[in-house]
Parts: sequence; structure tokens; C-alpha cells
Amino acid sequence: MAAGLTLNKITSQKGISIAEATSRVADLGWTPTYVQEAQTFPTDYKISKVPRDPMKQVLRSYFPMQEEKDNRVYGALDAALRGDMFRNVEPRWVEWMKLFLAIIPFPEISAARAMAMVARLAPGEELRTGFTMQMVDEFRHSTIQMNLKKWYMENYIDPAGFDITEKAFGKCYASTIGRQFGEGFICGDAITSANVYLTVVAETAFTNTLFVAMPSEAARNGDYALPTVFLSVQSDESRHIGNGHSMLMAMINDPSNHQLLERDLKYAFWQNHAIVDAAIGTFIEYGTTNRDKNKESYVELWHRWIYEDYYRTYMLPLEKYGIKIHHDDVSAAWDRLVKKNYVHKIAQFFAVGWPVNFWRIEAQTDKDFEWFEHKYPGWYAEFGDFWKWYARKSVPGETNILFDQENGYVYPHRCWSCMCPCVIREDFCVGEVDGKLYTYCSEQCKWTHTVAFQAEYEGRPTPAMGRFKGQRIWEDCYHGWDLADAIKDLGFVRPDGKTITAQPHLRFGPKDMWTLDHVRGNTLQSPLVLLREMSLADREKHVAQYRAGFKINPCNGSCSCRH
Amino acid sequence: MDTQTATQPAKSGAAGAAEFPGSDSRKFNYFEPKGRKATHYEDMTLDVQPDPDRYLLQDWIINFPDGTPTYSKDWTRVKAADWHKFRAVDQEWEKTHYQRQSTICGTIQNVIDNGRRSGAVGRFDKSWVKVLADHVGAYKHAEFGLGTSLMQAQRYGFTQMINNAILTNSSYKLRFTQDLTLYLGEIGLDIEGGIDKDAGKRNWLENPIWQGTRRAVEEIMGATDYLEQYVAINIVFEPLIGELFRSGFILQMAAAHNDFITPSVVSAAEGDYERNLANCVELIHVLLNDKDYALHNRIVISEWIEKHGKLCLAAAVQLQPIWSQPRVKVASFTEALEQARNRLRMICAETGLAAPSIVA
Ligand SMILES: [Fe+2]
Ligand SMILES: [Fe+2]
Ligand SMILES: [Zn+2]
Repeated sequence: MAAGLTLNKITSQKGISIAEATSRVADLGWTPTYVQEAQTFPTDYKISKVPRDPMKQVLRSYFPMQEEKDNRVYGALDAALRGDMFRNVEPRWVEWMKLFLAIIPFPEISAARAMAMVARLAPGEELRTGFTMQMVDEFRHSTIQMNLKKWYMENYIDPAGFDITEKAFGKCYASTIGRQFGEGFICGDAITSANVYLTVVAETAFTNTLFVAMPSEAARNGDYALPTVFLSVQSDESRHIGNGHSMLMAMINDPSNHQLLERDLKYAFWQNHAIVDAAIGTFIEYGTTNRDKNKESYVELWHRWIYEDYYRTYMLPLEKYGIKIHHDDVSAAWDRLVKKNYVHKIAQFFAVGWPVNFWRIEAQTDKDFEWFEHKYPGWYAEFGDFWKWYARKSVPGETNILFDQENGYVYPHRCWSCMCPCVIREDFCVGEVDGKLYTYCSEQCKWTHTVAFQAEYEGRPTPAMGRFKGQRIWEDCYHGWDLADAIKDLGFVRPDGKTITAQPHLRFGPKDMWTLDHVRGNTLQSPLVLLREMSLADREKHVAQYRAGFKINPCNGSCSCRH
Repeated sequence: MDTQTATQPAKSGAAGAAEFPGSDSRKFNYFEPKGRKATHYEDMTLDVQPDPDRYLLQDWIINFPDGTPTYSKDWTRVKAADWHKFRAVDQEWEKTHYQRQSTICGTIQNVIDNGRRSGAVGRFDKSWVKVLADHVGAYKHAEFGLGTSLMQAQRYGFTQMINNAILTNSSYKLRFTQDLTLYLGEIGLDIEGGIDKDAGKRNWLENPIWQGTRRAVEEIMGATDYLEQYVAINIVFEPLIGELFRSGFILQMAAAHNDFITPSVVSAAEGDYERNLANCVELIHVLLNDKDYALHNRIVISEWIEKHGKLCLAAAVQLQPIWSQPRVKVASFTEALEQARNRLRMICAETGLAAPSIVA
């Protein structure tokens, strides 16, 4: 064997095949006999079958591959600075990144934590190796996104809001929906959270809108950094989707799992829709200045990514295993986006509450109106006046739009399940759990809380299922507070101690900026607290009125805005 | 209509294009850096995992069915007045982690490729090849058990700093267990008759020499306190068994058996351990100096070290016969064990803990 060197030997040394390598790695595990591992994160599912095709990769090739990806990312960030990216970037876009990047590192690192929950349930070590790589990937995603955020803070015209980012994440009335998203990955039944909610739905269906559609819009706004980072993040995602699918396949043949799987697919799909479409839909449609009529709107993207790629090619094939797919919810989500203006109403809500946000939201203008009307016929009649009011009320000294009586907006209830505002008025509903009244954005969300997240499901005990807890209604935290005091308590004040972090415009002169004094004298109220205080009759009347909706008053006459 | 020319948007979106309140606020300002200035690691890490005692206004919003929230301080017996004090000494975030891991992968791959190319594996002493197959083969399972324990543990910590330190520790361990696995597979190609690829696992599961170690590892895998796992691995297992076998046996014996490759593969783990040890010592140091729970923590951590120390020392003693299996006996087990015990004493001294009875 130790014969002399030949050129042939140098250039083509035989190694072990990847199949051999992964099968050896898969043999590292054993069943303990001295001490049993505790089932610390229980599930009501039964996992039996060893999955057929787990991904084949070992860490020795994984780490260099990832480092190479990193090199490209960091090289591109340097190049963006050399190319003066920020001179031409659209502030309207970067401002929304203050919200997006405040939210996303927590769900990412939660996905890493979730790998602990599925690793011990993994049938077969190859899948566990897949989970290991995903754990390190998600650590990558969380910290690479923190790095991007810091980079924006250092180079963008207005760093306020980036500077308080993780504090803001824990406090803001908008980022609250992202916490439901992240915690959903890691709490409760291990399979419900770390497999179905995280991988089978969030990663498989919704990362395309997050990490592919968002970057395209970023580029249209002169932001080349976000695409670099997020397309790199997305390139890890196919591995995660593979992990999740393998795990799913390890359960799907056992009919006793079907009931739970149907429950969790329904919960996870609906809630992902409610949360991701609210946030990403708003960023893409309202955070852009690009009004090219040839580009796809968010609903067109949704149709491609969620309806075609996910629903038709991923979910529907599960039917052949005997799983009932909730077709109704998919079309209901579609209707919410297309017919019920979900994204537009959410954007309106984010704008109305600007003082308790921590980024700037500028008014939409004529150019935007035209595009919206083109993509969403009827948009102008419903939302045009609102944005005119918003522009008019963006000048310090005007009544803050949240408390303005002129425009006709009625502040919404919150959904106890998805934590989004109940903006589709006609779908608003209430329910009771353990004698307490709760509000929901939709029947599906009501079902999630009252039926799915309980100790029993359709007569079957579900001892591992999680519970919705905590102060889920943000407005409850500041019921009865003066707006100025609430903003101070949130910490959404600039370093001078009086200028508000958020601003309802993109005007960067000091004279244009709202301070605490401009908003003092208005009292915040929680619609849920008020509703719970009502008599039964008043409550019913209130719900009926709420469901009937409101109309924005025409914004005419003399006006300091540009319309 | 526009009467407010002063309110035109700035032309550039770059830093410094306008001056207004907050326009120079270019540092994360929501945590207290450990040093004078926040490190990049701190910026990437702190407060990403929120805490109701800091900024989590609405508290954890999901609970486990028994009422335990998404993160709970009760997942370890150790207590802290401020869980956020700890910073990882190795300051890892994704970029540094991948750079280091990737460099190690590249180095190991090069050493193995070049060694094999030069026919080095064929010159390994025969008795030594059997040692590699049986005992490096068995030991790789220990590393795997520890790596997966840490993968489990990284879910439970109360801060991002703790969990990420445990996560990278897990990543290092799992890389190393695979390094050993692939290495044995690759040199097997150059050895006549190959290397019995099942010998390692057989020894791990059945050979009495390894049963103490397997017991010690399973004890760690089965622990439900994540900090007990972290401490048992880095403070106890690593010096008493890990370094004993890696440095006290492989690194010392290999050269005498014409093996210059295995030490390179194995010594990467010694480098990993130095960093993980530093992180763990720092965490213990913080906990032992906690303003409210210093004594409580000292008692709990000492108990862990005592418990796992006994198991690991017994396991270490059972490994003794391995030292007499290679043809050339250049290292003595007694000396290696003494060194391991010394190392444990030194580590305890560094953390401020009393040494456990087994080495006192
Ligand atoms: Fe991710
Ligand atoms: Fe992922
Ligand atoms: Zn809802």
C-alpha cells in the first residue's frame, strides 16, 4: 500500500463516498441502557417510522460551504458601502426594516432552540444530523441579521429605532405579532411547535415571501444589502424544509396522528397567514417607492408562492395519506387578501398607531394611489382619504391621528390568537374560555384558542398541547395611560429626551419632528377592557356595530399636505 | 400646494445627510456592555432572547400545559439575581464560528489527504491500527453523546448568551465526533483488510473498559438540568476523560507508532475545549459571585461536580488497560491520570470552587 507516489495518486485520491460517510455518522447514536433520556419536551404524536430520504451531508463539508456563503455576504456589504448605497436608498424602505429586523432574529434563534425539541424525537441519526445543521444555520440567521441591522444603524440617515432594536422588539404594539410567531416555534407540543408550525408551514410555505419576495422589493428601493443577506439565509432553507418533511413522513403513516396533524396544519397555516401576510404584505406594498405596474403585487406573489408552490404541490399531496386538508382556510386567506383588503387595513393600523411605533411611516401619495388602484381596484375609494388625512395630520401641532375625531377611523380590537388587530370588521368575533371573554380576528383564530390550544381535542386528551398566556393584548398594558407617558415608558424617545422616535413622515429637519408635548393629553384605552366592562346587551350591540365597520370621512378643503 | 419647502425629504439616505435629534445615535443602547464599549459579539447577542424582567412587556405569551412559560428560570437548580451578566469569553457569533469551524475542517482534511497521499497510513504500527479502530472508534460515541446533550441543553438557558455558548459548544462536539468517524473511514481505505468499522461501537456498547465512560455520558445525557449538563461536560468529563484519552493517550502514543495524522485530528478538539472551558468557567464564576445566590450556587454546582466527578473518575480508571495495548508504551496511565486530576483541581480553583472529594 505504501508504494511510491504517482501523479495519479495525487490528483485522484479515493475518499469515502458521501453515502458511506453519512451512514457511518448515522451510526454514532445508541440506545442508552444505564440512564434513560427524559422526554423533556413531550408530544401527543407517535413517531415510529425511520424516514426514507433524509438529507445527506456531513459537517466537514457543511462548515466550509457556509463560510463561503458568509464571505460572499460580507464582501457584498463592503461593496455596498464603497458604492455609496445609502446615498440612493429609499428611506421609506429602510424605515420599515427597523420593524422587520427587530422582529426576525428572535424567530430565527427560536428555530435553533426548536431543534433541541425535535432532535430527541428524530427517528434515525441522519435526521438528527440534519437538525444539528439547522440549529447552527439558525444561529447563523439570527446573528447575521443582527449584523445587518447594526450596519443599517451605522450607515443610514436616521439610526433612531435601530439603536433600541431588541428593547423595541419586546415592547412595540406591532412587533408583538412577531413574538407570537417566534414563541410558536418553541412552546407547547414539540411536534406542533417545532415541526408543524415552524417547518411544515412557516419555513416551507412562508419563507419564500419573507426571504425571496422581500429582497426583490429591497433591491427596487436601492437596498442591495438585504437581498444579499436574506437570499443567503434562504439558501439554507431547503435543508430545513427537507428536515421537516422527513419528520412529517415519520408520522404520517400512523392514522392515530392524523387528527392532530389536521388540527396543527389548520392552526399553523391560518396563523402564519395572519402574521406573515400582515407584516410582509405591509413592507412590500407600503414600504416601497417603486410603483412599476408590471411588477407582481403581494397577492400575486402570494398566489405563486403560497397557493401554487405550497398549497398545490406540498399540501394537496398529503391527502393521499388520508390527511384532510383545510381547503376552505386557504381560500378564506386568499379572500382576506384579495377581497377583504387585509394587508391594506393592517398598513392603515400600523400608520394610525405611529406614535407607539419606533420607525417612520410616511403618507402614501398620488403616485402610490395610482398603483394601488391599478393592482387592487376599489382601493382608492376605501383608503385614499385615509392617507390624505394621514399626510395632513403628519405635521407637529396637528391632532395626533390616533385621537383625531375628524377622519373617522375606529381603532380595532386585537385577536387573542394571532395578536394582529381585528381589521376585517365583518369577521370579528368573540368567544369565552373558562368564563372569560376574548376577541378574535376570525372564526379560525377563535377555533385556535378555544378548540386547538386546549387539554382535549375532539374528545381526545392532548396533554402536551400548549396554552395561550401572558398579556396577549398590547392595549391592555397601557389602558388609561396618557399617550406621552406610554411612549416614555416604552422607551420610544430619542436621546434628547423629548423627540419621539417614530415620526409620521420622512422629513429630516428638527423643526418637523414630533415631541412628547405634541401628543400629551390623549388617553390610551384597551378595546378589550372596555368590552369586558359592558353589560351583555351593550356588548352585543358593540359587536354588531364593530362588524358593520366604519367609513373614513372625505379629506377635502384647505390642507397642509400635498393633495 | 406645498408650502413647506423645509420639509422636503433629504436627498441622501446616508448617515450625516441631515442633523436632527437622534441622528448620531449609532450604537445599540439597551444593554450595559461588559467593558467600556460594547463588543461586536455583545451587539449580535444581547437581548435577542427577551426577558419579562427587562423588555418583554407582555410576558411570555405561550405556556407549556403545566403552566411553564416559553422560558423558565426553573429549568436549572442554579439561581441568579441577573442572568444577563454572563458573556461568552470566546465572543462567538456566526461569522467567527463558521470561520473557525471551517478552518478546522480544512486543516484536518489537508492533513489526512497529505498523509494518505504520502502513504503514511500504511506505515502505522499494526497494534496501533487496532487501538484506533477499537478505542478512537469507541471514544467518538462519547463525543457524540456530549454533543447531543448540549444540543438539548441550548434550548433551556435564560439568556441568549448562555444558550449560544452552549450551542457553539454542541456544534464543536458534533463536528469532532464526525471528524473522528470520517477519519477512521478514510484511513481504513489505506489499510490492508481495512478497519473494522463496527469495532468502535462494539467496544463502546460492550467492552468493560468503556462501560464506565458510557455510563458517565448517559448520566449527562439523562440529566434534566441544562446547566448540570454544561458543567458536567466542561468541568468534569473533559479533564477526567476527554483530555485523559485525547492528550494523555492519543497525542502521546501516536508518534511512537508512526502515526503523525491522528494527533492533528484529535488536537483540534483540545483547541475547541480551551474555548468552551473558558466560557463555562466564566459562567460559573458569574454564578458563584451572584449577589443573592452565591452560596446556593456553590452548593448546587459542587454537588454536580461531586456526582459526575465520581462517575468520571471511576470511568477513567477503567480505561487503564488501553495504555498497555499499543506495542510501544511511551506514556503511563498513572501519570496521565494524575495530570487529569491536577487539571480538575486547577479548573476548580479557577472557578473558585473547592475541588471535589475525588481529587481533594
Ligand atoms: Fe432561519
Ligand atoms: Fe430555517
Ligand atoms: Zn387572529
